[in-house]
Amino acid sequence: MNAAKPFDEMHAADGTIRTHYQPYSEWLGHTPRELIARKRKEADLAFHRVGITFNVYGADGGKERLIPFDLLPRIIPGDEWRTLEAGLRQRVRALNAFLADIYHGQEILRAGRIPADQVLDNAQFRPEMKGVHVPGGLYAMIAGIDLVRAAGADGKGDYYVLEDNLRVPSGVSYLLENRKMMMRLFPDLFSRYDVQPVEHYPDLLLETLRAVAPAGVLDPTAVLLTPGAFNSAYFEHSFLAQQMGIELVEGQDLFVEDDTVFMRTTQGPRRVDVIYRRLDDDFLDPEVFRRDSMLGVPGLMSAYRAGRVTLANAVGTGVADDKSIYPYVPEMVRFYLGEEPILNNVPTWMLREPDDLAYTLAHLPELVVKEVHGAGGYGMLVGPAATKAEIEEFRQRILAAPEKYIAQPTLSLSTCPTFVDAGIAPRHIDLRPFVLSGGREIRMVPGGLTRVALKAGSLVVNSSQGGGTKDTWVVG
Amino acid sequence: MLSRTADHLYWMARYTERAENTVRMLDVSYRMSLLPGANGGDTESWSAILDISELSGAFARTGRPLSACDVIEFVVLDRDNPSSVWNCLRAARENAHAVRGTLTAEMWETTNATWLEIREMTPQKLRATDLGEFFEWVKFRSHLLRGVTFGTMLHDEAFKFVRLGTFLERADNTARLLDVKYHSLLPKAEGLTSSTDFYQWGALLRSVSAFETYRHVYRDVITPYKVAELLILNADMPRSLHACLDEINGILGEIASIHSAEAARQAGELHATLHYGRMDDIFDAGLHPWLERFLVRINRLGDSIGENFLVPVAA
Repeated sequence: MNAAKPFDEMHAADGTIRTHYQPYSEWLGHTPRELIARKRKEADLAFHRVGITFNVYGADGGKERLIPFDLLPRIIPGDEWRTLEAGLRQRVRALNAFLADIYHGQEILRAGRIPADQVLDNAQFRPEMKGVHVPGGLYAMIAGIDLVRAAGADGKGDYYVLEDNLRVPSGVSYLLENRKMMMRLFPDLFSRYDVQPVEHYPDLLLETLRAVAPAGVLDPTAVLLTPGAFNSAYFEHSFLAQQMGIELVEGQDLFVEDDTVFMRTTQGPRRVDVIYRRLDDDFLDPEVFRRDSMLGVPGLMSAYRAGRVTLANAVGTGVADDKSIYPYVPEMVRFYLGEEPILNNVPTWMLREPDDLAYTLAHLPELVVKEVHGAGGYGMLVGPAATKAEIEEFRQRILAAPEKYIAQPTLSLSTCPTFVDAGIAPRHIDLRPFVLSGGREIRMVPGGLTRVALKAGSLVVNSSQGGGTKDTWVVG
Repeated sequence: MLSRTADHLYWMARYTERAENTVRMLDVSYRMSLLPGANGGDTESWSAILDISELSGAFARTGRPLSACDVIEFVVLDRDNPSSVWNCLRAARENAHAVRGTLTAEMWETTNATWLEIREMTPQKLRATDLGEFFEWVKFRSHLLRGVTFGTMLHDEAFKFVRLGTFLERADNTARLLDVKYHSLLPKAEGLTSSTDFYQWGALLRSVSAFETYRHVYRDVITPYKVAELLILNADMPRSLHACLDEINGILGEIASIHSAEAARQAGELHATLHYGRMDDIFDAGLHPWLERFLVRINRLGDSIGENFLVPVAA
């Protein structure tokens, strides 16, 4: 894990082009830059149009947020992807087994493989879910696993799981839109590569949702539950509902009677069997969770616990993707599957442990420290980018409550060439594959969403902080 | 389909139709005020405009004088007047936005572009604008949306709720227009001797795009009796009450469910009144009471449609 020199996806250490990028490099060599500039404009315009057509409008009307799209694809060789795919399957299987276990027998706690208080005292652990049977024993039907790649000792790039997203992972609509755009702009490139298709994701998702319907329902009705038009991911909600041909509902469209969920339609109440909810646990049911939630459905939890409706993802998955639980995922793989983990975790110091705390405090300028139970980069220290004062301030916060923090080495994410104003330059990237569990199989479309930090040197790929996206090709 | 979706589509159409009919009324009064001898400041026709939309009280509270300029500004732009053209087009666009996924791209873009343009309109700009052109613009945006809807949207249940909204609103608006105008014109109308009267009735016909239609149907001088007949009973005249009820009754038959018996009953009853009614009977009973009763019934029908399809009471 060499922090100094990031792994370059396109160029080997000696400057030669990696095999899987060679056809692209040749194409780039004889394609005039003016053409690419023109295509870039075309893409901006087209996305703007899609934005106008689909995107969220604020109260002032007419303003949409677009995530920058980079034309240079991120290419992953097929054999590399097959390893990742096997690793993702294994990891998600273990995470689902963990969730089923902690809400039932709690074997892993009794075996002492994870300290019980880490799980049971976690704010994301939902006692309401204890003993509740969920179809197929599945909790995280839709998982977004964030992968990063860092240079290994041998110059190879090693993948690491940075984070598991098991609540309401988003971004898949960009994956699909990006592919559509690339095929439209550069059809000739697709004749040079055997790019594995991703367009069937909505079909896989719909099959997944139908597969986890309550037992005995022959022709299940699935709906997508959105917080509403002012949610930042509303574009994705309406896009996916439309692609799957299911109703996009808000809480007010649903009601519960005799532990059965109905939607209000022009032809009267219609039963709903599966809810793909893009709404956090806290807002689902004002009778059980936040009482002030106007977005949820009163009585939903009661119907859910009675097994009359399936929620995807299940309630209470947050305990498995919490940063305090993350270090134990490899242990879950060993415990439930009896296998060695295929995917690496980023080495993590848990500051509740005195040794880890001492090490971390001594190395703060080179580490990343994250707050557990926190999502979205709140309460985070990036040592190498922080000032002395910031580090000292954070040190005090850690000392006040060490159990609230974990620390990791600062990973130098791999870079991929990216079109920037000055031409083409390396920019840091990550990868979020979307893993679907329903029925017997775990499935995913090849690749995932590649996010790119468009600012030079930046490691932050979040769209809210100057991140963009790339099309991701799995080839061969 | 979701009741909420149907509700948004229905109101998108109603608000658009209301905006169109509002400028139709303004247009006719504006044109009349330009006639020789009508001496532009005739407050009667402007207070009639306010009466039609039941806005006299609200207007009086603004303390503005009953002048052409003030009434037009109030009816077109006033932010506090929920029926102003500005607010209607905003509401139409908001309803469209909420069901963006159900509309075709053209429908959404039409509604959104209309709103983005009128959003910028201010009293200052309106005064500097050719009013006739502005009224035409509003009418044509409504024509455009209706045409784009017809030409691009799948003619499924969603489409039917759009149409239902259009015709319910139009039936209401035509009845109001006829009621108020008829009364303000009638005392002078015996025999239609003066040329001003002729223009006044002509303008009323023009406001519902029916001037040439009248000539074509009757090939006769304009008489109040026949104007009323054309706007109430003529099934081929697209803005007549009969034509609106033909559409409403037909659509309700197509979207019927076990929960919609009451809406269907009311629509059928009202439709029969127009389908089998005779003008002499309407006049014998008194046109004004008849129209008032019609307005009550059409509003009741609107309530029933709401209850039967749009906002079903939680079980």
